[in-house]
Amino acid sequence: MAGLTLYDKLWRNHLVEQRDDGSALIYIDRHLIHEVTSPQAFEGLRLAGRRPWRLDANLAVPDHNVPTSAAERAGGVAGIVDEISRLQVQTLDDNCLAFDITEIPINDLRQGIVHVVGPEQGATLPGMTVVCGDSHTSTHGALGALAHGIGTSEVEHVLATQCLVQQKMKNMLVRVDGKLQPGVTAKDVALAIIGQIGTAGGTGYAIEFGGDVVRAMSMEGRMTLCNMSIEAGARMGMIAVDATTLDYVRGRTYSPRGELWEEAVAAWSDLHSDADAQFDKVVTLQGEAIQPQVTWGTSPEMVLPVDGVLPDPAQIENPSRREGARRALEYMGLQPGTAITDIHLDRVFIGSCTNSRIEDLRAAAAVVQGKRVAPTIKQALVVPGSGQVKAMAEAEGLDRIFLDAGMEWREPGCSMCLAMNADKLGAGEHCASTSNRNFEGRQGIGGRTHLVSPAMAAAAAIAGHFVDVRSLQETDA
Amino acid sequence: MKSFTVLEGRVAPMDRANVDTDMIIPKQFLKSIKRSGFGPNLFDEMRYLDEGQPGRDNSQRPLNPDFPLNHARYRGASILLARENFGCGSSREHAPWALEDYGFRCIIAPSFADIFYNNCFKNGILPVVLPAEQVEQLFAALYAEEGYQLKVDLERQQVQTPTGETLRFEVDTARKHCLLQGLDDIGVTLESAGAIRDFEQRWRQSSPWLFDVIGREQR
Ligand code: SF4
Repeated sequence: MAGLTLYDKLWRNHLVEQRDDGSALIYIDRHLIHEVTSPQAFEGLRLAGRRPWRLDANLAVPDHNVPTSAAERAGGVAGIVDEISRLQVQTLDDNCLAFDITEIPINDLRQGIVHVVGPEQGATLPGMTVVCGDSHTSTHGALGALAHGIGTSEVEHVLATQCLVQQKMKNMLVRVDGKLQPGVTAKDVALAIIGQIGTAGGTGYAIEFGGDVVRAMSMEGRMTLCNMSIEAGARMGMIAVDATTLDYVRGRTYSPRGELWEEAVAAWSDLHSDADAQFDKVVTLQGEAIQPQVTWGTSPEMVLPVDGVLPDPAQIENPSRREGARRALEYMGLQPGTAITDIHLDRVFIGSCTNSRIEDLRAAAAVVQGKRVAPTIKQALVVPGSGQVKAMAEAEGLDRIFLDAGMEWREPGCSMCLAMNADKLGAGEHCASTSNRNFEGRQGIGGRTHLVSPAMAAAAAIAGHFVDVRSLQETDA
Repeated sequence: MKSFTVLEGRVAPMDRANVDTDMIIPKQFLKSIKRSGFGPNLFDEMRYLDEGQPGRDNSQRPLNPDFPLNHARYRGASILLARENFGCGSSREHAPWALEDYGFRCIIAPSFADIFYNNCFKNGILPVVLPAEQVEQLFAALYAEEGYQLKVDLERQQVQTPTGETLRFEVDTARKHCLLQGLDDIGVTLESAGAIRDFEQRWRQSSPWLFDVIGREQR
């Protein structure tokens, strides 16, 4: 018999019941909750007179709606200006209190984007099943966990039963061999993968990322990579546990200690695909060939290396792709044949669950240090992923570097990633963004998003248009 | 959940491909903390001439006269006839909530996006997949006849046209069963409560670090 993949093992370990119709009951270890997709689930519990199955499996934190300006944040929940946002955050507080669920409240130092907070607190651990009413839950797979997003009915289902009814996915291995060039980051790898397999390439699969490039990545980089599995069409992405994982997990608030730590590490040593495991599909990339990436359209697969030029729809054979490219260029207000480096920007956003961890902020700060944001840039926002990331960055003096360069240093939250709070793009504005979705209107009605790495976003802020961050670093040397 | 057995009702058209969940219910309405009340904002951007905001009185807003749901002939429709890849985009369950709140209990299309299809069953809506040619014929018949009705029978897995034609559709057994009985998913899973408890006990023994950690500070 062939060996098992990491996904097969995680599935097997959590299988409560296999049903005749092909579905299975899967046990959920950790359920993360935020304010947008949970109110109706709590309402459902209330109406049915049900209680949560297991309180200590849940952890809640508000992130999508919270304001990121220090002034508005100072007033806590009551200080949120937008009435409907305030009610949503207040409702999370009320529900957690009523159902006895642990919540990290708005102005707690540990508050932040749910996908940054989970690993940071040790609330998500290797070998777990992790779910949350948010599609970027795939992030937590970086720790060797089975993690994916769920809908609101499923949020209620997990609260009430500690299980989900699931169908098993097929296995896909995405292997990135060799080494990355200096200046090329996990975000560029994620975008290059999506550029290669397309936004539906991973549909129906659980992706495992492997290869020397992934093994050499920090945990922050691995989280960036797994985060964007969903943009590649897969609900989940994961990475085998190794010494890097253990170093990251050790000593966190909710991580095991002492003897339990030793026991856990022993159990986690099995969290990798067996050498003879069979994948239904294998995709390979060569690390050396990956350049810094920039998206030019309204889907993450519309991506090019920074030295690329925009495609001419007339040259695209497939009719639906041709129409897609034509509409995207029209929405983005861009002409075929334009060089990526000639795209001028109005705003820059460094943040989101893809790229708001300490390593991301360090990379951005290294680029802007001692420089000024171009006068044509209306706003350059830096939004740390959590209060702890913010504190760490401030202790290292990164906030000063950003502020001295003319950037804004904000309080943690989702912010301009989806524009549910006050941080938004105006119609027609181009934004270099370290987030994960460039759909029409995602960052504000009519807004034009270009997805890039933190270093590339920082370089674009200084230049006022896209530049190859490597050229900047070379002239410095 | 409401059960679905046989539905006889008026049909309305949504005649474009790739209708995404953002068109079904735009993101500003996701701030609601309720599961009901989304009906007046279903297809908001196509349905009204101005921009919708939560909390506004929708009855005062200018209607788009070109949008079919605003036409008297489709008033009270409970079946939506749609095109391929209906419900693509974000996973928001607000989309089926809005359709259900408006009064739709059945959507007929040549194909649906995965998560949306799944979300329909959880909210008492039957998504019916019919071959593209049949959907094409239904559109033609719908446009030709005012007050056009269909009869959808879940038990027998067929759609009946006014001319007596029956169109067969597929649906998986587990989902059909739940919808016919109006069973709520949670109730069904709780029938396995014993198995869940057994699993949990074993799991707690082999992986004790996964238990009793969060909330320990309060307990
Ligand atoms: S940062 Fe963006 S993608 Fe991530 S959870 Fe928040 S809104 Fe979603």
